[in-house]
Amino acid sequence: MPLRNDFDQLVDVKGGFISREIFVDADIYRQELDKVFTRAWLLVGHESLVPNPGDFYTSRMGEESVILCRDKKSEIHVFLNSCRHRGMKVCRYEQGNTSLFTCPYHSWTYTTDGKLQGVPLHRTLYDGVLDREANSLVSVAKLCNYKGSIWATWDKDAPDFITYLGDARIHLDQALDCRDGREGGSEVIGVHKWVFPANWKFAAENFLGDTYHNPSHRSVDLIGIGPSAAAGKKGRRDDELEKAQHVWISFPEGHGVHSAIQPEANEYIESFLDNPILEQYFRHCFEERKRRLGEGARLLPFVGTIFPNTSYHGRQPRGLCAWHPHSPTSTEGWRFFLVDKDAPKEAKEYLRRYYMRYSGPAGMTEQDDMENWLYATAASTGTVARRYPFNYQQSMGAYVTDHPLGGDVSTQVTEQIARGFYRRWTTYMQGGDWHELLGSPASDRQAAE
Amino acid sequence: MTTTVQDQDRQEQLTNAAIERSAAYYRLKADVEDFYYNEADLLDERRFRDWLELLSDDISYFMPIRRNVKFGQQAARENTKRGEGISWFDEDKWTLTKRVEQILTGVHYAEEPLSRITHIVSNVQIKGARPEIGAPHELDVTSRFLVYQNRVEYETYIFVGRRNDTLRLTGNGFKIARREILLEQNILLAKNLTTFF
Ligand code: FES
Ligand SMILES: [Fe+2]
Repeated sequence: MPLRNDFDQLVDVKGGFISREIFVDADIYRQELDKVFTRAWLLVGHESLVPNPGDFYTSRMGEESVILCRDKKSEIHVFLNSCRHRGMKVCRYEQGNTSLFTCPYHSWTYTTDGKLQGVPLHRTLYDGVLDREANSLVSVAKLCNYKGSIWATWDKDAPDFITYLGDARIHLDQALDCRDGREGGSEVIGVHKWVFPANWKFAAENFLGDTYHNPSHRSVDLIGIGPSAAAGKKGRRDDELEKAQHVWISFPEGHGVHSAIQPEANEYIESFLDNPILEQYFRHCFEERKRRLGEGARLLPFVGTIFPNTSYHGRQPRGLCAWHPHSPTSTEGWRFFLVDKDAPKEAKEYLRRYYMRYSGPAGMTEQDDMENWLYATAASTGTVARRYPFNYQQSMGAYVTDHPLGGDVSTQVTEQIARGFYRRWTTYMQGGDWHELLGSPASDRQAAE
Repeated sequence: MTTTVQDQDRQEQLTNAAIERSAAYYRLKADVEDFYYNEADLLDERRFRDWLELLSDDISYFMPIRRNVKFGQQAARENTKRGEGISWFDEDKWTLTKRVEQILTGVHYAEEPLSRITHIVSNVQIKGARPEIGAPHELDVTSRFLVYQNRVEYETYIFVGRRNDTLRLTGNGFKIARREILLEQNILLAKNLTTFF
């Protein structure tokens, strides 16, 4: 059977219809692994998971296991976790420190920079034939440590990560930078890993800026679980954005964010009322950030997805997610929870508890997301169901293209971001070149520079 | 083979069967088992508010994330730690009460309609009694659980693991003062943890 390539019919961005096939079809899924996941920049982890030489952390890219490793000289690498001899996983620990990865099968050993070192009976069995250098662990083509978060791609022709991010960068920054406006400075305090029966794009799309699904979280909003809940406030977070202008932005590279711009006066809005020390600390962070960033401090993050499968939650709670594909209808979710490395102990203690009650499979908010992704996937696998595409007509045309934040900017809830995401997904599936994958506006700009 | 100091400590803790198997021990064990069966009934019959009554006001309810670590590092690194970083649960009574309130809103879609759940508790052993087994105020109890969850039509999960509890004897019967739930999974093989353990 020939591979299907009717992607522009499946994704009708103009009409606002997207076929259910792209969420359930096995052939399309196999092609995604090849055409999207071996080309796009993927989140692998965070430098705080491998602070010392010899530290490693096993991660994933697409369906495959990779090792994030800091070598003896403190350089960070990402390797495919598979022996060059017969493919055995050379590392089955989640995290640790080592000077060598020893393959359990026939005992080839690899150094922390991926080089093949030990080959038992080398002299007798392989002399003059085996080229050690050429049998190193397979390394990613490019790697980037962006403000502590580690990203990689298998495509040697991929643009550098900053170019790939485009104008989505300052939004991602809001998740990665210190609460008081200093650059970077975050650390991972824990990682959730779980498997759920839904297509990975449901999760990616959820964080693109699907604010429309807010009613599905009514149960937590009714009972109140936010940082001021014990003080009597309902809702699942502090309403820091109550006076802000929300913006939903679709970027040409396929990324999408929901952020907000505070009014010019940009006054502090009370938060963390459950604990006076935290209230003071976050008030201080707010003032510091305003002093440091000036006008720039008016931009606050909500959520976003960096194409294809990395999402972030910018403030309450705060973290990075990777949605690793397992099958058309199964996804492994990873969430890296972030705090400022130098935040006071009391703040870290409060935040970790807040993250746990909010996020992931044990989180009161996100349990309801998972329920939706599961049954939306399950009810789309049927023969008849597949004949009827999903509707993506929300807020058609309701955006401007000349906003200083770049991209297609909407000031109302919109599926323009999802349309942009799937338009770019189509380009990947059609095997587009990097000029096309970055979307024409960005590449036009580059050409003009 | 080398074992770390921590491993030895832990082994001692876990195999601390030092309590003499007296008549008092077995009487107490029967009471504890009865308490657990009753607790399971409350959860499985969805009497969540009544279940909260079994928890002491200062309860620490903890389910670590289990990690794959090198031999010898189990004690130090296999489980995430209470009071540190991120676990599946590291909760107090306030959060557990919130979880119950959430189910009772009727719009917590991950438990609406309610799942069918059965808790099976076994291998109950009293590992410590303070001040003494004859007239205890606090007990350390270990047990195994098997929690079966079936949800909507086809969704089915089986959670198996160990529980390490501290039970307090009050005028009102036992209260759970501390619970550690060791689920025997690394990557969680369930989309959600909406049930109590
Ligand atoms: S598979 Fe690794 S040494 Fe043979
Ligand atoms: Fe959600």
